[in-house]
Amino acid sequence: MSSTNRTVVVTGIGATTPLGGDSASTWEGLLAGRSGVKPLEGERFADLPVRIAAPAAVDPADVLPRPLARKLDRSAQFALIAAREAWADAGYTAKAGEDESIVPERLGAVIASGIGGVTTLLDQYDVLKEKGVRRVSPHTVPMLMPNGPSANVGLEVNAQAGVHTPVSACASGAEAIGYAVEMIRTGRADVVVAGGTEAAIHPLPIAAFANMMAMSKNNDEPEKASRPYDKARDGFVLGEGAGVVVLESAEHAAARGARVYAEVLGQGLSADSHHIAQPEPTGRGVAAALRNLLDNTDLKPEEVVHLNAHATSTPQGDLAEIKALRKVLGDAMDHIAVSGTKSMTGHLLGGAGGIETVATVLALHHRMAPPTLNVDDLDDEVDADVVRGEARALPEGTIAAINNSFGFGGHNVVLAFRSV
Amino acid sequence: MAATQEEIVAGLAEIVNEIAGIPTEDVQLDKSFTDDLDVDSLSMVEVVVAAEERFDVKIPDDDVKGLKTVGDAADYILKHQA
Repeated sequence: MSSTNRTVVVTGIGATTPLGGDSASTWEGLLAGRSGVKPLEGERFADLPVRIAAPAAVDPADVLPRPLARKLDRSAQFALIAAREAWADAGYTAKAGEDESIVPERLGAVIASGIGGVTTLLDQYDVLKEKGVRRVSPHTVPMLMPNGPSANVGLEVNAQAGVHTPVSACASGAEAIGYAVEMIRTGRADVVVAGGTEAAIHPLPIAAFANMMAMSKNNDEPEKASRPYDKARDGFVLGEGAGVVVLESAEHAAARGARVYAEVLGQGLSADSHHIAQPEPTGRGVAAALRNLLDNTDLKPEEVVHLNAHATSTPQGDLAEIKALRKVLGDAMDHIAVSGTKSMTGHLLGGAGGIETVATVLALHHRMAPPTLNVDDLDDEVDADVVRGEARALPEGTIAAINNSFGFGGHNVVLAFRSV
Repeated sequence: MAATQEEIVAGLAEIVNEIAGIPTEDVQLDKSFTDDLDVDSLSMVEVVVAAEERFDVKIPDDDVKGLKTVGDAADYILKHQA
């Protein structure tokens, strides 16, 4: 059963995002170029310099049964909803071990979050101060631990090959996908449920990010606030939700006759070692990750037709990414349709790699690249073919796509997928 | 005024319904919290804290272990309520 070079494919997709409560409505919103950014109502947000965010379109507590929802942090609720959709979408109808389709010892789960159960931690601190020790929920620790979403998804499908939670800020979701790919490639598992989730729309994280000068303060025009590559971009908009995929060895998928969305070619990783929060301005680390991707996989630059960029709408980060791509991919960049989907979903931090993997795989599957909103005045230094206005059709034949995710701390994760 | 056993069981039923989603009519004296009512050890702490507040009673952690069934809890509250 063990092998070091097995082909990995995507067989299931699930999401709950600012654009919709499942992957179909999310994809529809992405293609239509709909913004999920809204004003933050309520007194607790009133004094903040940033009063906009991209909340989930569907409240997860309304989807899950109440006794279950009250024991899960909101980030775990998102993860569970997206994982259930992906698991069913992959054609699985029971937990591992309950039928013949997969044994628990060959099934893994890797769900990441950048921050973990931050709203649980803060809310329970309020309970401690206002109501006393006795009232602090006994579920607080399993709810706030960053591996909570992964563990709950693992319990849901009965994953026993390994349940993991890589943490690398806004690269966490992508790192989870990459980790899952390696689990299958190296023979540790045949199937892994993988993705990212985040739920951090709360005054404290918003105040903290705003004080770093990382967020857009365009409170008067929420839908215009997230504008990657535009000259007037002034920071990211916080989003929430989860994106999850079912990854599977090609043999396992073929043996059960599963529908395959795309092949996962692999990942390229690197670290900037430049600054704890600033991107390295020349894109050195991103370029290294891209070169590692090309070295580690059989991806050829000329087959890449689509990029789901990290593109958070910060002045420095957007440029460093484009510079690195141009440096490594050269003229091949000219025929890559670049989409900055955070212009619609906001930035889901650790969830970003999850929902953007979903978006990248669906782009290959449907052969459509989503638009980038609000690029009214393209930055002169953005030497790339940014998809603006409407969604764009991608070519026929075998095509490939890249999904970039970078995180505070200098983490760079680049994933590549190919059409089937 | 102290609650009767009937009132205590009705109150526990509402608490268990809120925490574990079990229909109130299924919460009977002979039912085990763990085996019959889907109340695990963590959720049992929630049940106890809610019962303490509702019935004005203190249930020390050491005594919680003895409360296996709804009847055990109802008897305990009946004896110890202020």
